[in-house]
Amino acid sequence: MAETQRCTHLLADLSDYLDGDAAAEVCAAIERHLAACEDCRVVVDTLSKTVALYHTLPPPDMPDAAQTRLFAALNLDEFSRLYRQ
Amino acid sequence: MTETELIDRIQAGDKAACAACVELHAPAVYRLALRMLGSPEEAEDAMQETFLNAFRAIESFEGRAGLATWLYRIANNVVLMRLRKRQPLFVPIDLHGAAGDGEDAAVTPVQLFDWCCLPEEDFATTEAQGELERAIGELPLPLRQVFVLRELEGLSTEETAQTLELTPANVKVRLHRARLWLRERLADYFTELATEKAHG
Repeated sequence: MAETQRCTHLLADLSDYLDGDAAAEVCAAIERHLAACEDCRVVVDTLSKTVALYHTLPPPDMPDAAQTRLFAALNLDEFSRLYRQ
Repeated sequence: MTETELIDRIQAGDKAACAACVELHAPAVYRLALRMLGSPEEAEDAMQETFLNAFRAIESFEGRAGLATWLYRIANNVVLMRLRKRQPLFVPIDLHGAAGDGEDAAVTPVQLFDWCCLPEEDFATTEAQGELERAIGELPLPLRQVFVLRELEGLSTEETAQTLELTPANVKVRLHRARLWLRERLADYFTELATEKAHG
C-alpha cells in the first residue's frame, strides 16, 4: 500500500467511518481521500465486505446433550426436562 | 422476574432460579467458549466450570455489571486459564494492559486486490464460511477476545470493556485491528478464488 501520511491517518478512522461513528468532518475527509486513492478505496470496500460477511455467520448452537450435562454438573437435573427444547 | 429478583433468589440458594439463569445464559457462555477454544468438548467443560464458579461466587456479585457481563467475565477467565495450560508460553498472564500477544502487531493493509467483485454466491458457500471461521479462530488472542464479544456476541463497547477490564478506547482499537487482520486473512482466500475463476 502506498504509505502516505494521509493513508495512515485514514486507516485509523476506518472502523468509526464504517460504523457511522466518525464525525462529519472526518467522513468528508475520508471520502475526499477515497475519491483520489484507489488503494484505500479497495481497503475500505474489502473491509466493509469483511464486516458484512462475519455478521452473516450463523451462531453455533449448543447441543441439547451439553445442556443436559450442564444441569447434571450443577446438581440441577430436576430442572433439565423443564428447559429441554 | 427481573434480573435483581433472579440474583436475589440465586443468592438465597433457590435451585429453580439457578436453573433459570443457566437456561438464559448458557448458550452465550457456550458460544464464547467455543469461539475462543475451538473445540466443542472443551467449550462444554469451560461452560460447566463457568457456572460452577459463578454459583460459588454469587454472594460476591454486587450488581455493578449486569449478570450476563459478569458471567462473560468469569467465562473469559476460565477460557484464558485453559488456553494458558495449552500454550503457557503464548498466553500472557496479563492481557489487560496495553501490550499482549498480537496486540502490537501492525495491521498495515498489503492485500490490495478488490475481491468484492466476486459474485454473491461465492461468499455464501460452506467453504467460504469455513474459511471465515478458521480466520476468526486464528485471530491473535487479545484481538479475538474483543472481536468475539463485540462483534459476534453483540456486546456494546462499554460492556466489552467492562468484561475484559479494558478501556472503551482500547476495545475500539483492538476491534479495528481485528477487522483489518481478518480482511488481510480473507483476501488470501478470495483473491485466489477470483484468480482461479478468471483463468477458467
